Amino acid sequence: MGRRAAIIERAVGLDYGAFEHGRLAFDYEALIATAGYDLDEVRSIQREVGVGDTPLLELRNLTRLARRLAPPGKGARIFLKDEAANPSGSFKARRAALAIHEAKRRGYRGVIAATSGNYGAAVASQAAIRGLDCIILQEVFDSAGRGQPEILEKGRACEAYGAEVWQLTVGPELFWALLLLLEETGYFSASLYTPHAVVGIETLGWEVGTEVRERCGRAPDAVVITHAGGGNVTGTARGLLEAGCDETQIVGVSVDLRGLRMDSDHDFNRKSFTTGHTGFGVPFLANPDRVDVPRNAARPLRYLDRYVTVTQGEVFYMTEALAQLEGLERGPAGNTSLAAAFVLAQEADADQIVVVQETEYTGAGKHPTAQLTFARELGVEIRRAHPRENVPGAVIAIPRSPEEIGVENWDLDDVRRSFLRRAAGDAPLASLAKEDLDFLATEVKAPVGTVKRWLEDADRAPHF
Amino acid sequence: MDRDGGRPGEWVEVRIVLLEPGERAPSLPDDTARTPLEARVHGFLERHANVGEVAAVTTVLGRRVAGTLVRVQPAPGHSFGRPVPELLAIGSELRARLRGSDGADV
Repeated sequence: MGRRAAIIERAVGLDYGAFEHGRLAFDYEALIATAGYDLDEVRSIQREVGVGDTPLLELRNLTRLARRLAPPGKGARIFLKDEAANPSGSFKARRAALAIHEAKRRGYRGVIAATSGNYGAAVASQAAIRGLDCIILQEVFDSAGRGQPEILEKGRACEAYGAEVWQLTVGPELFWALLLLLEETGYFSASLYTPHAVVGIETLGWEVGTEVRERCGRAPDAVVITHAGGGNVTGTARGLLEAGCDETQIVGVSVDLRGLRMDSDHDFNRKSFTTGHTGFGVPFLANPDRVDVPRNAARPLRYLDRYVTVTQGEVFYMTEALAQLEGLERGPAGNTSLAAAFVLAQEADADQIVVVQETEYTGAGKHPTAQLTFARELGVEIRRAHPRENVPGAVIAIPRSPEEIGVENWDLDDVRRSFLRRAAGDAPLASLAKEDLDFLATEVKAPVGTVKRWLEDADRAPHF
Repeated sequence: MDRDGGRPGEWVEVRIVLLEPGERAPSLPDDTARTPLEARVHGFLERHANVGEVAAVTTVLGRRVAGTLVRVQPAPGHSFGRPVPELLAIGSELRARLRGSDGADV
């Protein structure tokens, strides 16, 4: 354990102990501030490498469609932040730009990241620009040697940018393998959970808030953000606040994959979404500090106003709709928030504005035809049916009409209570000081009085 | 190009066993716990080897990695798949929906 902490500290360069105080509090803003860059500096670093300032597109045809489905007077304008326009094709470039700039500044010779997602290609692309070596580890294969097509594509992209890629079989030991390589190489760990990785996304939120105001004369009413590890929600929400959009509703959305085990060899290839889903989204909400660094800079519960899920079939449907009605061919994983936004826009008034916070690039392996062909080969049934017939791993129901597209609402208070029970641990309410309670209230975006009440309830509940 | 052996300097794929089934992380589901944790790495073959034999490669970073040779000039293997009938009708269905009573096109 001590060795693990030492490896991480050397690879990340942060002493997390310095932020702890009280019984369980830590100074979150001070941790974020260690990133050492204000928003203008981040923007400058990103511009240097062609990252950011991505187009904000109005989806007029999808808005028209939403208005046909919605009651009179409803149907908000839908905007899309085209993050696929970044080098390497996703918003992850914003995180990578900062992390790699930092690695270079501190004199590391190379960088390593463990990720099966777009972050790998983003890190490899930025490392290429900055002249650093790059190793990417991915979880790709099941025991039969079948690679998830989307992840194979990302591995290919990493190699295209000059990275050395380690493609692993299913298992949480990806992190252990990362440690081995870090120890062997002394490279920088481009973690998704250090302050830089979060601060890099603030520009995204800032751009959305500022441009919507300029073009539409009002702040966005809701920004819909795909949620997995929490960095996307955290960074975007902070950026919106920086742009003065403190009334904007922050909505997180994940693809519903409940019932599938993320570490199961059998289940691994029976899902069509490798990130942005409940397998990450739910655990990370209730316990962000489950990652490769002691305190996760990504803390979505501090910012979320609403959390919803959508089914795989609905996202595939909306991916098709985006291409066929708006002439934008984008990767399905990046359209998770589009599916939710399409529903939310119908709930909102026609003069309101809903923003889809991202897109990702598409191509072989990522495309819906690639994913659904693969799913079929693995015995997953695909049919046109109501989304309620979706069974993760067994059935993908493609909606028969746009009316069938909906979202499932999650009770965020349930999640908050779960978070508090874990954060407070065995400490009875009476043992917590004011600083601890204030900290917890900020962590879950609830009033201190409510937090106290929830902790009291937890104290009184039987312990098993 | 899946051949039985690779020449020195050829781009190949090697497989490395990182953890045997008994060495894996605790609390894994049975199906995963029963299998080894393996990694695949690409690199330039050091000397001639046949598929299935131990071989060392030099990666694009100039690092040496040894494993079992599995493929020569490995193709990533992903594609656009085949047409998916359940998606094919969506475009025209939606365009029809958007054509209003005024007959205006999308």
